[in-house]
Amino acid sequence: MRDALAPDTLLSVRNLQTHFVSRSEVAKSVDGVTFDLKRGETVAVVGESGSGKSVTSLSIMGLLAHPGRIVGGEILYRNRQGTVRDLAQASAKEMKRLRGTEIAMIFQEPMTSLNPLFTVGDQIAEMITLHEKISYRAALDRAAEMLELVEIPAARRRVNDYPHHMSGGMRQRVMIALALANKPSLLIADEPTTALDVTIQAQILDLLRRLQSEMGMSILFITHNLGVVAEIAREVVVMYAGRVVEQAPVVDLFARPKHPYTEGLLACTPNAARDVDPNGVRLPLRPIPGSVPPITALPPGCTYAPRCTYAVPGCTGAVPPLFSVGASHLSRCFRHELL
Amino acid sequence: MAATMTAAMPASGRSQFLRSLLRRKPVVIGLAVLLLILLLALFGPMLSPYAASKLSLASRLKPPSPEHWLGTDDFGRDVLTRLAVAGRLSLLVGFSVVVVSCVIGVTLGLLAGFFRRLDTPVARLIDAMMAFPDILLAIALVAALGPSVVNVIAALGIVYAPRLARIVRASTLVIRELPYVEAARALGVSTPRIMVRHVLRNLLSPILVQSTFIFASAMLAEAGLSFLGVGVSPSVPTWGTMIAQGRQYLDQASWIMFFPGLAIVCAVLSLQLVGDGLRDLLDPRLSKDI
Repeated sequence: MRDALAPDTLLSVRNLQTHFVSRSEVAKSVDGVTFDLKRGETVAVVGESGSGKSVTSLSIMGLLAHPGRIVGGEILYRNRQGTVRDLAQASAKEMKRLRGTEIAMIFQEPMTSLNPLFTVGDQIAEMITLHEKISYRAALDRAAEMLELVEIPAARRRVNDYPHHMSGGMRQRVMIALALANKPSLLIADEPTTALDVTIQAQILDLLRRLQSEMGMSILFITHNLGVVAEIAREVVVMYAGRVVEQAPVVDLFARPKHPYTEGLLACTPNAARDVDPNGVRLPLRPIPGSVPPITALPPGCTYAPRCTYAVPGCTGAVPPLFSVGASHLSRCFRHELL
Repeated sequence: MAATMTAAMPASGRSQFLRSLLRRKPVVIGLAVLLLILLLALFGPMLSPYAASKLSLASRLKPPSPEHWLGTDDFGRDVLTRLAVAGRLSLLVGFSVVVVSCVIGVTLGLLAGFFRRLDTPVARLIDAMMAFPDILLAIALVAALGPSVVNVIAALGIVYAPRLARIVRASTLVIRELPYVEAARALGVSTPRIMVRHVLRNLLSPILVQSTFIFASAMLAEAGLSFLGVGVSPSVPTWGTMIAQGRQYLDQASWIMFFPGLAIVCAVLSLQLVGDGLRDLLDPRLSKDI
């Protein structure tokens, strides 16, 4: 099974199952997620809050909080030595060694993701000295280079700035510098642009794309924003209530969504040109009715059926499998032919 | 949020922090009195013409006069000189208790706050210890350990540790969940390093504030223990033993008791004033007026 990892594949998540087990109930936060991430490429995981996208990323990082646990599946990762490791089975020690060096992560809240007590240069230098035996002074020098790399103006001077001296966009750049300080092979970006305004979002995405082409890392991009997905990803995994509901190359997904949920998500993305009738009157947006079911009380069969406009009584009978609906295009819908 | 960061901000904000601290009158008064007591304790015995334990029956129970500024006690010893010598010990006890309770309290608080598994046992232990009246627990501990300066310090250190532990635990619980701690973990920073660099460093200001209060309480408690005869041996001059001895002569020579009492009041009050000032400045909820 492990040898089945193609040589250009960095990460292969296979049938990942992450459950949160409490005394009275089991929350299947991630239920059978499978996707591959090739070297230097970007896969986006899309879903609403509670869809399991963040738990997927934390499972890969080995940072699940109690009582979360990986109960099944594999997270095959090709490390720098070229050996394939199953991160789902890796020891805490091995995971700690990988974090920050080979796998790094950036978060949603740039305003609070930096320690307010230390200068940004100091924090980047800490990252470098943690994983590499060089002097603090040399590390600080490298920190300045990293700040230049993430396009912070007057980087040499701003090394000595505290986080509160910086704007949200600047801090997210510092976070990226921090994450990339040790040139990781895999960058997990958990909604890195959600807290930023649109122009800054575009700059950060642009920066990530540039750094990716220069440093060659793979990016696992977690987001709920389909606009961002179109900007950055090559392949998209759409999650709903812990399961993958659709998986496709990005162009395919936007052109031919094959799952009612994806279609619904696309329909509720505002689009000024589309949402106006011929007389110039704005049409109402079409939100998906209802909300994501609680993960501990999923409806039987297709979990999306209660909100689905295409649903028929048969949909609640059994969990639909992933149907192949095109070239590397999968959909978990019995009625995908209608779409 | 911005206020928190300004208050906790080192280096560039340091001089501004000092300035706003010294703008508060109670803090200045407190610091001045403390400095005076410290100078008296450090240099008083050297400058005094009298030895602290020299007996002189001829000058027994003399009221304050140009020779003996604060009078003499029942053995003819100079009260001012004894006050200064006793001050050394009282300050030493206060300081040592702060150190001991910091070591115990911060360790327990950090462990309880950081590791869920330890939280319940440690939190219950803290609650149990806080349920005892301070002085009663101290008496019991000194009784068990035997009366000596070291044991008084140990006992009071244990008595005051839960106060710090509780504060540290509560703040650790909050900081542990902050995004930058999660980010540090995601970037491979080890747990001990996160605890010291990212959590403890953020707790220094509440610890500092609580330490000044513990300093004051410890001095008061030491005096109380010595007065009750369960603290240091009566032959060792502390402010508490001086009061205990002077009690018998209250009607003839009130100065023997009055001045050590005044010293305790001044020291404790000024420590509290400084502590209040620090807390007002460092507490984000109160620091809007900086």
